[in-house]
Amino acid sequence: MLHLKDNAVSQKTVLSLNNISKYFGPLLANDAINLSLAEGEVLALLGENGAGKTTLMNILFGHYVADAGTVTAFDEELPPGKPRAAIDAGVGMVHQHFTLAENLTVLENITLGTEPLWGVRQYQSRALAKLNQLSTEFGLEVNPRALVRDLSVGEMQRVEILKALYRDARILIMDEPTAVLTPPEVDSLFATLRQLIKSGLAVIFISHKLGEVMAISDRVAVLRSGKVVLEAETQATSREALAEAMVGRKIPEPKRVPQDAGEALLSLDQVTVLGAHHKRLLDRASLTLHAGEIVGIAGVSGNGQAQLADLLSGLQTLAEGHMTLRDHGELKPNPAHMVKQGIGRIVEDRNGLGLIGDMTITENLASENYKSREFSRLGFLRFNALQRYARELIEAFDVRCPGISAQVRKLSGGNMQKLVLARVLSKEPMVILAHQPTWGLDVGATAYVHEQLLAARQRGAGILLISEDLDELLELSDRIQVIYHGQLSESLDPDNISLQELGLLMSGQQRSDSQAA
Amino acid sequence: MGDFLDFILTAGFWAATLRMATPLIFGTIGELVCERSGVLNLGIEGIMTAGSMAGWMWVYQGGDLWGGVLFAAFVGALFGLLHSLFTVYLGLSQHVTGLGITMLASSLSYFVFRMMLPNVTTPPKIVPFESYAVPVLSELPVVGEALFVQSPLTWLALVLVFVVGYVLFRTPLGLAIRMVGENPMAAEAQGLNVHLVRSGAVIFGSALMAVGGTFLTLSAFDAFYIGMTNGRGWICIALVVFASWRPGKALFGALLFAVFDALQMRVQQQASSAIPYQFYLMAPYVLSIVALIIMSRRAAYPKALLVPFRRGER
Repeated sequence: MLHLKDNAVSQKTVLSLNNISKYFGPLLANDAINLSLAEGEVLALLGENGAGKTTLMNILFGHYVADAGTVTAFDEELPPGKPRAAIDAGVGMVHQHFTLAENLTVLENITLGTEPLWGVRQYQSRALAKLNQLSTEFGLEVNPRALVRDLSVGEMQRVEILKALYRDARILIMDEPTAVLTPPEVDSLFATLRQLIKSGLAVIFISHKLGEVMAISDRVAVLRSGKVVLEAETQATSREALAEAMVGRKIPEPKRVPQDAGEALLSLDQVTVLGAHHKRLLDRASLTLHAGEIVGIAGVSGNGQAQLADLLSGLQTLAEGHMTLRDHGELKPNPAHMVKQGIGRIVEDRNGLGLIGDMTITENLASENYKSREFSRLGFLRFNALQRYARELIEAFDVRCPGISAQVRKLSGGNMQKLVLARVLSKEPMVILAHQPTWGLDVGATAYVHEQLLAARQRGAGILLISEDLDELLELSDRIQVIYHGQLSESLDPDNISLQELGLLMSGQQRSDSQAA
Repeated sequence: MGDFLDFILTAGFWAATLRMATPLIFGTIGELVCERSGVLNLGIEGIMTAGSMAGWMWVYQGGDLWGGVLFAAFVGALFGLLHSLFTVYLGLSQHVTGLGITMLASSLSYFVFRMMLPNVTTPPKIVPFESYAVPVLSELPVVGEALFVQSPLTWLALVLVFVVGYVLFRTPLGLAIRMVGENPMAAEAQGLNVHLVRSGAVIFGSALMAVGGTFLTLSAFDAFYIGMTNGRGWICIALVVFASWRPGKALFGALLFAVFDALQMRVQQQASSAIPYQFYLMAPYVLSIVALIIMSRRAAYPKALLVPFRRGER
């Protein structure tokens, strides 16, 4: 990846944030923040979840109103709380959670608000021409007539960027733009960004991925607990220094110690899962999980990972093949059965499937085994036992929360995931499914999850790790299998494969010198 | 069977169908506009009642017929404003608020009617709209009388379908309405005032509902009765789903229901007493439910329907 430093960054300040403060109730989300942005510059805004990055950008764009401080764009102060004013001043924002209407077309999403509301018709051909010109100039290919719901995530992001460019944005704010992208999509995004900067745009790039920040930014500012704790030229700093500034302490890097795998615990034999129209979502996939090993599943999202995870969660029935657990024989497609057989399930979507946001921490922790003799008697819940159990777990897994009766949805993503880990790992399951276990988590929480998974491996559990984060897979896995169009590749040795090779396999290309691990 | 075909083919039958469809068209299009912007308006039943009372009272007090229609629309808009204050600005439950509006609007209508006319036993009458015959076309045999001799309000309803359809799908305003109903956050990020667009849609839609109501007292009948809206508002809500939130299909749905209804009345008059008449009364509703089940299986709701938008929240 290229450094952008060779582009001459002019000294002309296009945007400045002056003493911005914002409270959410008693919580100080932004504490007197000062930042400025020069023309043609990429400023990376780095920080953990909850550090106040998104809040700051929402103030800048007018979604929120700051309690103190001002925003100045091109030497003019923006009125607070007015996205329209920010847009008119040349600020464009690519939101982390895309702000697109799925049932409308790409063109409609882009042109909304650009024409007078009371016009008698829309000038589509003019809009199309401008859109085409922008698409070709910056390599943002997308079909303007397509419905947004039919687009891939990468394409949706292109629409978000086009939305800003269509409005002639001179300052582009990108809130965690790479969180949902695959490695090739990230590369193409970076290529586009370089084009944009060349044409004089200034970019604020929000992220918590250090590698990307080092690659794309000219300058970096680190936010922690609502304060700017570090501001530096990217070249004058290092990954380690940034990581430490983000978290406020040194992060221990979890290391996988080599250990011999034990007996086979779980095996999938020629498993097929059918979807709508008899599409083979999993196609004769075979896999064996041994005691004390982590098997990583790499692949671009949508190639059958979800079905594989659902199989182990008991949410999916097989069309063909067998799924057997050592000593227990064939597994039944029933979630309660899976729990009983000692399969620990860390599901991908902790908000949707993993936890019930409106219920309390105690209730969520007990949700897999509230019927056990320990927690219920004669059809009544034993509250004392439940509460004792919950208190022990949040202590052991270091869940930061107001108390065990707090609603789960009020916790941060990292603490929610700790809760899921607590529920699953405290039962010391022999087989563990970990589907995107660190998705959306910050550096500290990610390190914690990795540590816990490695500890489970140490005590002899077999772990199936499905992830789209290749670094994570290479770091943790003893073996990696690539999933493509529902088919699983043979096992690969993570120590003998490069990111590039893995990327090729994930896009369906065969390795010339196939070497099984 | 011959009898059946005979009256299906009469001009009177089709004229009756269009007449019965008119309040449904107004109501359905009004509800459709509300729902496209993301707000369910269960106040429709009450707003139609209020419209029928207000328009009739205007004319009874000496106002002219079109003045009555405008006054009904104004009253409907007021209730729409109330609904949008609660559901759009305060973000309260759209179900509860809507039902509350229905109860308030209906009861208030009956109350005002009784208060202004305390001593009548038979409902007083007014002179309703006369049918307007389209020149030339209305001279055509059968078709002419069926389709081209209608109340001006029926014409208005038909024109409205096309106007609303055009505005929703061909103008920036329509795009804005659909966008706030799909993803208000996206609309705001494009610089739109979500609350303003939503409340505008609710107020306009409610005005249409009230005009649908006043058709009953100013055109279909000539007096105001208690309970005369008789569930038409609820039918409109079902028709919006039936129509998958598209004005053209809404027109089709309203006509379909009206056909069943007109049929029911004819069959009731002619049939022998072997089948109880309640069966015929029930028929249009049963057939509507069947049609609804078939048609709405693929219905795609506006994504943000029922979801209040509060600024600065995620």
